Amino acid sequence: MLLRARRKRVGERALQLSFFVCGALSLLTTFGIVAVLIFETVEFFAEVSLLEFLTDTQWTPLFAQKHFGILPLLSGTFLTSAIAILVAMPVGLVCAIYLSEFAPEPVRRKTKPVLEVLAGIPTVVYGYFALLFVTPLLQTFIPSLSGFNALAPGVVMGIMIIPLVSSLSEDAMYAVPQSLREAAHALGASRLQVALRVVVPAAFSGIAAAFLLAVSRAIGETMIVAIAAGQQPRLTLNPLVPVETMTAYIVQVSLGDTPTGTLEYRTIFAVGTMLFFSTLILNLFSRSLRERIRERYE
Amino acid sequence: MRPQAAELYRMLARRHWAEQLFKIAAVATLVIVLATLATLLLDAVMDGAGRLSWQFLTSFPSRKPEEAGILAALVGTTYLMILTAVVAVPVGVGAAIYLEEYAKKGWFSRVVEVNIANLAGVPSIIYGLLGLELFVRAMGLDRSLLAGALTMALLVLPIIIIAGREALRAVPPSIREASYALGASRWQTIRYQVLSLAFPGILTGSILALSRAIGEAAPLITMGALTYIAFLPDGLLAPFTVLPIQIFNWVSRPQKGFFAAAAAGIIVLLVVLLLMNALAVYLRQRYQRRLYL
Repeated sequence: MLLRARRKRVGERALQLSFFVCGALSLLTTFGIVAVLIFETVEFFAEVSLLEFLTDTQWTPLFAQKHFGILPLLSGTFLTSAIAILVAMPVGLVCAIYLSEFAPEPVRRKTKPVLEVLAGIPTVVYGYFALLFVTPLLQTFIPSLSGFNALAPGVVMGIMIIPLVSSLSEDAMYAVPQSLREAAHALGASRLQVALRVVVPAAFSGIAAAFLLAVSRAIGETMIVAIAAGQQPRLTLNPLVPVETMTAYIVQVSLGDTPTGTLEYRTIFAVGTMLFFSTLILNLFSRSLRERIRERYE
Repeated sequence: MRPQAAELYRMLARRHWAEQLFKIAAVATLVIVLATLATLLLDAVMDGAGRLSWQFLTSFPSRKPEEAGILAALVGTTYLMILTAVVAVPVGVGAAIYLEEYAKKGWFSRVVEVNIANLAGVPSIIYGLLGLELFVRAMGLDRSLLAGALTMALLVLPIIIIAGREALRAVPPSIREASYALGASRWQTIRYQVLSLAFPGILTGSILALSRAIGEAAPLITMGALTYIAFLPDGLLAPFTVLPIQIFNWVSRPQKGFFAAAAAGIIVLLVVLLLMNALAVYLRQRYQRRLYL
């Protein structure tokens, strides 16, 4: 009897330990990501100076004449992300304000899951759509638009991010206490005034959090830009010509037969490090803003 | 000066119209967004419907667009998802159990929690870089099915953990207390009470996490998965390809004929996704037990 109890206790301990290991594995993943990125990036900077990396205006690691300036990739990433945000922020916000402050409950309940479908569609499908539907469509209005460009993938990426912006902003607006709305109504404000001048400012941290997360998502998005933006690193802010983003460059190198251990191979880790830390900072900021709003109203 | 009555009426009318205008604009925006969704799906379906056939489903890729098929990718996706689930679901559920049932509220569980939230926000392509260095190179698994599944498992793990925790948290504490009161140990309580109640939630969350992974191409391309495969993977260490990579490969070819194949591939991918989501909904309804408390 006593023996059985002891065996049981040992078993309990072993199980608890194995669950702990599962939980610790997530820490190891982060550690692994950081270690791999830093290790290869350090090797990369042993051969390429940081100054060249940050100031050279050309990115041609795969050519005979090698240049390692990340600016063209940054400008490509900035351009497509900025277009995506210009689409996603206003549309997402209007949807959120409408759903949270105006829409009748059944409309709200039915629209949300349909919007979520947009976020669940695989990104290659969006890439196909950007290359073979949106680009030809835009070309009828803008004849100078080339077959690969930053505009179409940017717009399509924006559409993909709308549900993220809308649902995070709506959550933030939903968390604004009813008493604020009632007070404004009692002072004679209309519903639109309450929405725009009371609810939106009160939910501002949440909306800012949605914005940051949307930027982070746009920077990290890969397949849409790899398919529809072209793969030509170019330091430009012209949305009509082919560009290359950081993510698309990683895909481009991965598709080729770059031998491991070479400088070309290390470039993808250097670019990956840039990508990882910029999205990490955005995500952390976004999270702290969301926590602030939770503390204030709950 | 106090506003005159007429002026007040004008002001109210203006406010009224502004509100109506906003409502119309908002509804129009929503309709445009939903119409875009419909266009996107219809566009792919119309481009690909003519190409979809039994031959398409049972052929290997080919240099000739009209003969290219999706068999290798379809089988690759199926194997990869099963393998990913086998690795990720037990670990994810284990981590969720640790965080919800065992961990004391301290700095460690706080760190793990923030860490998981951050991992969920890491761009998927970064997991590809990790997989490339860790599984493909350091562990010497090469560009195999196993290396791909491990990479995907790391990618979906945070999502499964978050879903698992939600399912566990939904089990009322009174159930646990009743079980302890009857003399059950902690594990017995978890095994027979908590997990059996949280099971539908965990299952649904896991399927939805996997359905997120099924459309991912970027991490697998980065890890080095092949884009052209004319055979079926015959073991854990065999090379493989998956549906989104095959679609990407066809879209990025210059010949127009492959675009139709890509569209047909998209239909197949969307149908697989739809089936997985339907399965998740069905299982949730099938296993959801009413709690009378």
